[in-house]
Amino acid sequence: MSIATGPANGIPAAEVEDVELYHPKSWITKYVFAQDAKVIGIQYALTATAIGLVALVLSWLMRLQLGFPGTFDFITPAEYYQFITMHGMIMVVYLLTALFLGGFGNYLIPLMIGARDMVFPYVNMLSYWIYLLAVLVLVASFFTPGGPTGAGWTLYPPQAILSGTPGGQDWGIILMLVSLMLFIIGFTMGGLNYVVTVLQARARGMTLMRMPLTIWGIFTATVMALLAFPALFVSALMMLLDRMLGTSFFMPALVEMGQRLQHEGGSPLLFQHLFWFFGHPEVYIVALPAFGIVSDLISVHARRNIFGYRMMVWAIVIIGALSFVVWAHHMYVSGMNPYFGFFFATTTLIIAVPTAIKVYNWLLTLWRGDIHLTVPMLFALAFIVTFVNGGLTGLFLGNVVVDVPLSDTMFVVAHFHMVMGVAPIFVIFGAIYHWYPKVTGRMLNEAMGRLHFWVSFLGAYLIFFPMHYLGLIGVPRRYHEIGETAFVPASAATLNAFISVTALIVGAAQIVFLFNLAWSLRRGRPAGDNPWNATTLEWQTPQTPPAHGNWGKELPVVYRWAYDYSVPGAPRDFIPQTEPHAGPAAGEPAR
Amino acid sequence: MTAIIIYLALIGSVIAWWLSRQGLMTKPWLETVPPGGLPATEPSPLPTAKIGLWVFIAVAGALLTLFASAYLMRMHMSGDWRSLPTPSMLWFNTLLLALSSLGLHRAQMAARIGWREGIGVGLVAAALSSLAFLAGQYLAWQQVVAEGFGLATNPSSSFFYLITAVHGLHLAGGMVALGRTGLRAWRGAALPQLRLSVELCATYWHFLLVAWLVLFGLLLHG
Repeated sequence: MSIATGPANGIPAAEVEDVELYHPKSWITKYVFAQDAKVIGIQYALTATAIGLVALVLSWLMRLQLGFPGTFDFITPAEYYQFITMHGMIMVVYLLTALFLGGFGNYLIPLMIGARDMVFPYVNMLSYWIYLLAVLVLVASFFTPGGPTGAGWTLYPPQAILSGTPGGQDWGIILMLVSLMLFIIGFTMGGLNYVVTVLQARARGMTLMRMPLTIWGIFTATVMALLAFPALFVSALMMLLDRMLGTSFFMPALVEMGQRLQHEGGSPLLFQHLFWFFGHPEVYIVALPAFGIVSDLISVHARRNIFGYRMMVWAIVIIGALSFVVWAHHMYVSGMNPYFGFFFATTTLIIAVPTAIKVYNWLLTLWRGDIHLTVPMLFALAFIVTFVNGGLTGLFLGNVVVDVPLSDTMFVVAHFHMVMGVAPIFVIFGAIYHWYPKVTGRMLNEAMGRLHFWVSFLGAYLIFFPMHYLGLIGVPRRYHEIGETAFVPASAATLNAFISVTALIVGAAQIVFLFNLAWSLRRGRPAGDNPWNATTLEWQTPQTPPAHGNWGKELPVVYRWAYDYSVPGAPRDFIPQTEPHAGPAAGEPAR
Repeated sequence: MTAIIIYLALIGSVIAWWLSRQGLMTKPWLETVPPGGLPATEPSPLPTAKIGLWVFIAVAGALLTLFASAYLMRMHMSGDWRSLPTPSMLWFNTLLLALSSLGLHRAQMAARIGWREGIGVGLVAAALSSLAFLAGQYLAWQQVVAEGFGLATNPSSSFFYLITAVHGLHLAGGMVALGRTGLRAWRGAALPQLRLSVELCATYWHFLLVAWLVLFGLLLHG
């Protein structure tokens, strides 16, 4: 590498890479068919939010039915199943996965590693448009005869494609499967970009161990998603053939309404294996970016270097690897050799170790930190609490003997909403409050943010804590109406009504958030380039919001890791990654 | 699920090997860059497109391995599996695919020494034998139909159509890239660019050949 004469300290200037960026010529190519990863990220985020709102409304409808059974005649059992299914599928795949990887991944990866753009911008653009198509196909299923599928988000055969399930013999399930396959194709295009960009386009000096944990989380999750989503693709394709062309991959011999179906010998268990081979890594595909982002939020807003950075990186990689050998813990009640159950219970509990390391490291980062209780920090702290809560109930469910009675009760619903619903959503909120100033150049309104936070945080607990109790006393999940039972006391109905009212309030609080997003776009306080005094590269761009190509003429050069906060002897309490070390004498301050 | 676990173990070893060379043991908070020194970087010598292709091959490999996993599991899950009479056409098709792989290998060799005519011949040979392979697969389908095995007759035939179709679609996708490379060669593109395109095609075709050999073995086994 050539050594050019450079600015201060005799350090050579960043070699200006002669990159060929596709420069947009019109409004359409700049904002619609954009190849700039930042625009694509925003497109992903807006689409995911829009479809997420649909899922939010569906959850309201479900809660109305559960809280006040018999009051809302328009919610039939069939519709209730459809709401459950679409709520779950949208939230897990089309909102969380798309927002973390497509949204934050696209916006943050090139900026945080000091690249101009993704390495394959055209493929990146296709990725978004195929995702949008997948969302549209999904939405279309609401308007087809028979409505969307009501098979539950796990789409277990044989019921998923039988006439007793809403959408099973109509268009619902077909559109669902096609939409999933499109999503996977689109995601693979995006995922190739995220991985190869991190591998190939890092700025000079950006070694892997200097990358912010956000990038580690997104990178590892993308690698996992690229390897796990094919399993969903395979199961969706095979089920589509069972449904449309009468094959028997998953369909056993069945008699339906006195009619013998033409299927024979297929195995629903085969589907469950394939589905959960995707389904469990999926949990960590959502969680790892959340882990990464929350590490950065905590470090920035507590003005402290992240505790145990290496440990954090290793934990991310180990969790990613382990998550591929735990899938069958979703199948304890499906019938399984007890030795397999033992194996999968063990691997499941082992995952708790690296996860717990991460939690300890977050706490130790906070320890004696200069904690600024900004809105992003509040959400980050709420994430830690919620994730620990959800993780603890996960230990219950990971044990075969405890899982068997709790399976298919509201306890499971409460568990996965805490750990996979509420916790990652808090990170998404925190991340939006944190990076909105970079995206728009303006701060989000603080008062509205605090209102949004407290209602969401307290509300989420009021919703999901009582739900654990409901599950323990045996209230089953997926029931339209439980009616009178010998074991569920009448007070459970009161609790359900309370949960439903709270859910409506928390949902309404999200309108404050959306209003804040729109209002602050024009009226927010100007943010400047680096409102949080953060070290990472995205805050060191020459313009805010960053222009196409991100860095102007010269690419940044990275001299240090991402967490130089409150370094003793330094003039400010943060040192950007682009700042060279002063000199040999002041080389390494004791820390 | 044994097949996919083994596959992931292989991919995992590659990732582990790569990670082991990335200095995961370093303590970034202690690193200082002496003034005048360059910050440590390790730009990969491989072209970006090549890495992209290898990542894609890893994903496509996972997809095909999952089909293989499903095939092996379904085979033993209920007693309804009937062996599919292997259409003789498949042996000939395997030869055709090997030929197209060979053609691209020759094109790659020609690109290395800058022999444009050789590139053209190799590309055309690969394209023609690939098209013949796809047509041959279609004929093999006809043979299987003639034996009385429709798509839904037996899981063995369902898997046969499914797996050959998925593999064929991957080849068809590759044909687009091959066509563009051919166009580039026809228009006399710069040699380094052409060399890269040809190499990418060759790598992908070798992958498709290996994948086909594995899938064909699976079909013979079933």
